[in-house]
Amino acid sequence: MTEMFRDKVDVSLTVNGEPVEARVPAGQHMIDFLRLELGLTGAHASCEHGVCGACTIRVDGDAVRGCLMLAAQADGAEVWTIEGLTDTNAISDLQDAFVARNALQCGYCTPGMLVAAEELLSKGDLPSRAEIREHLSGNYCRCTGYEAIIDAVESVAQGRAGKGKA
Amino acid sequence: MKASAGGYARAESVGHALDLLAGSDGQGRVLAGGQSLIAAMNMRLSFGDLLVDISKLSELSGVVVEGDTLRIGALTRHAQVGADPLAKTHAPLLTDAVSHIAHAAIRNRGTIGGALAHADPAAEFPACALALGSTIHAEGPGGARDIPAEDFFEDVFTTALNEDEILTAISLPVAEEDEVQILEEVARRSGDYALVGLCLVKRTAGHRVSLFSVGPKPILAVGAMAALDAGDLDTALDALSAEIDPPSDTQASAAYRRHLAGVLLSRAVARLKGDTA
Repeated sequence: MTEMFRDKVDVSLTVNGEPVEARVPAGQHMIDFLRLELGLTGAHASCEHGVCGACTIRVDGDAVRGCLMLAAQADGAEVWTIEGLTDTNAISDLQDAFVARNALQCGYCTPGMLVAAEELLSKGDLPSRAEIREHLSGNYCRCTGYEAIIDAVESVAQGRAGKGKA
Repeated sequence: MKASAGGYARAESVGHALDLLAGSDGQGRVLAGGQSLIAAMNMRLSFGDLLVDISKLSELSGVVVEGDTLRIGALTRHAQVGADPLAKTHAPLLTDAVSHIAHAAIRNRGTIGGALAHADPAAEFPACALALGSTIHAEGPGGARDIPAEDFFEDVFTTALNEDEILTAISLPVAEEDEVQILEEVARRSGDYALVGLCLVKRTAGHRVSLFSVGPKPILAVGAMAALDAGDLDTALDALSAEIDPPSDTQASAAYRRHLAGVLLSRAVARLKGDTA
């Protein structure tokens, strides 16, 4: 009965608004599928065990670890990566704030950081610095020391709430 | 590293998932949220598994109240448990626990059933299940089975679930009107596994105290519970110290963990009495 299990799995999903059909290896995680098969190299494969957050992408509206989800599980999913979020200008204020506040240096963590930050901002509340810090606690940055990132996210939260300039 | 899977099958119902497990020649592995399993696969701690993906079984997700019982489907994600109004009203300990579990992106995928079945001795939900006097529901080829939480956790990553069974839900008594549920833990960084954690529940029948990250499985501190019922915190602290045997590792020594357990019990009792200091 082990023929009930497949080593290649057919999936049909949308990535950045476009339909994708593919046959993926059973053990391939989502971030490798996006990077190696679709050429979407914005989100990074780093620690590959869910600790660093560099692979954070949006799946069905939620920020998730691209390394802790199999591509085979993405059948029917709506996936957004930093490429799509950039092209649609969905987070341009956040990206501008990251530049204005020097919230990145090497930029390796930035795509994941942006997806995680946008999830918090999209809730529409005005988060405190502590709440921003807590929400981004699963995303490592080895350059900035985080303060500038918190500054950027806070300024966008205030900007969107109409209480300051983003 | 890269995961190695022996094969993958997407279950379309609980019955189908059980058939897949039965047909896996002992190589079957249930994949739910995947936040521990896929990490273990990526690190090659687990390889060659025949994955039975139950994550699309919507009938295993959701929170309902049935009479005096709160029932949470196995595939209810941590973030859903944390935001669920029924859970907040009837099992605030679980709501509290969610904020301590890993990070937002992990909570968006991880499931309560997965956390219980994985039985990490440092995880919050297994200890909550013990403190709340929960029942774990499983289905297997022989039908459904109910397992008291006190009999469910057996050892590190080891539970009373059989290889051909699937955890389907957890149920627990809804909180009494003046019941108090408190979770305290110490971790080095937000989202880390606890060095030590403690759940304290006070209901009409008495106190219940469970601990996590103090041994190979979460435990009920029955000696401390009896002393708290008698209103004697000092005796409870002595009993607690005697009934745990925490490990030393790179995170903390056994002596430090034992010390922390006492600190957490004192803090929890202070909160119980309304002293927020």
